[in-house]
Amino acid sequence: MNWESPAAFFAMGGYGLYVWGSFGVCAVLMIVEPILASKRRKDILRSLRRERIAEQLDPQ
Amino acid sequence: MSNRIVNWFKYASPQSFYPLAGKLIPWFWALAIVFTVAGLYITFFAAPTDFQQGEGYRIIFIHVPAAWMSMFIYIVMAGWAGLGLALNTRLSGMMAQALAPTGAIMAFLSLWTGAFWGKPMWGAWWVWDARLTSALILFFLYIGFIALQAAIDDPRRADKAGAILALVGVVNVPIIYFSVKWWNTLHQGASVSLTKAPTMAATMLWGMLIMALAFWMYSIAVALTRVRAIILEREAHTEWVKDLPEVQGAKQ
Repeated sequence: MNWESPAAFFAMGGYGLYVWGSFGVCAVLMIVEPILASKRRKDILRSLRRERIAEQLDPQ
Repeated sequence: MSNRIVNWFKYASPQSFYPLAGKLIPWFWALAIVFTVAGLYITFFAAPTDFQQGEGYRIIFIHVPAAWMSMFIYIVMAGWAGLGLALNTRLSGMMAQALAPTGAIMAFLSLWTGAFWGKPMWGAWWVWDARLTSALILFFLYIGFIALQAAIDDPRRADKAGAILALVGVVNVPIIYFSVKWWNTLHQGASVSLTKAPTMAATMLWGMLIMALAFWMYSIAVALTRVRAIILEREAHTEWVKDLPEVQGAKQ
């Protein structure tokens, strides 16, 4: 085991800012990107469903 | 053999690719999570402290996979774009468009983690070194590709214009890769290459390769999710989209 305490883990031997600054931004982007991608699909599905309902209400 | 060719073309249509992608996505997410957990364990607990860079070197475990993916995704994106230009297949342009944001994020992460690694080790967030500059150009190529496609209303014309940009930009990828050899750079040379034994400890190498697999699975999962949205957007007028259970209102 590398770390004597949780504090030592977060300090990263003095490189805490750099290590967590890298991993943190990486984690945020890799959580946000899939959320946005699946939201994009949900949005288009919602508008497709609305279109379908509109067609049913107003058949030509 | 002929059977395989037929199947290949079957999945080249958006209509049959859409459900296939839907089935594959959960598997790629599962693999991405497994590799991420294993990779992070090695990153923070199994890999020893570096004798020169202390704990700061641990950034390598995301920096290198992000940089690899930024180049690899670009080649795949340009490949799809070129295929679309040559064969005029509908799915190709959608695939290229789905890959671009993920590639841009990987390119951004390689620059960002590089800056956060460069600051403590070199004393500078940024230097106009050949490796860093060519990696920045890659990021701008992705942004340019996305912006160009967004600026053209007709999707088929947007695909064509984007494809030309993507194909011209491919020349930058070998420049990035070989920049540390061709020019005298501050950036270190490749630690892992196809032609010679890796110059790093086995635990670190494994950690990096497993993290690279995690990034790979993540990229496939998120690009497939995005391509499904793009397929629906572009094929909204077609009967098969209107007949989908999720459009009929069965689920979500």
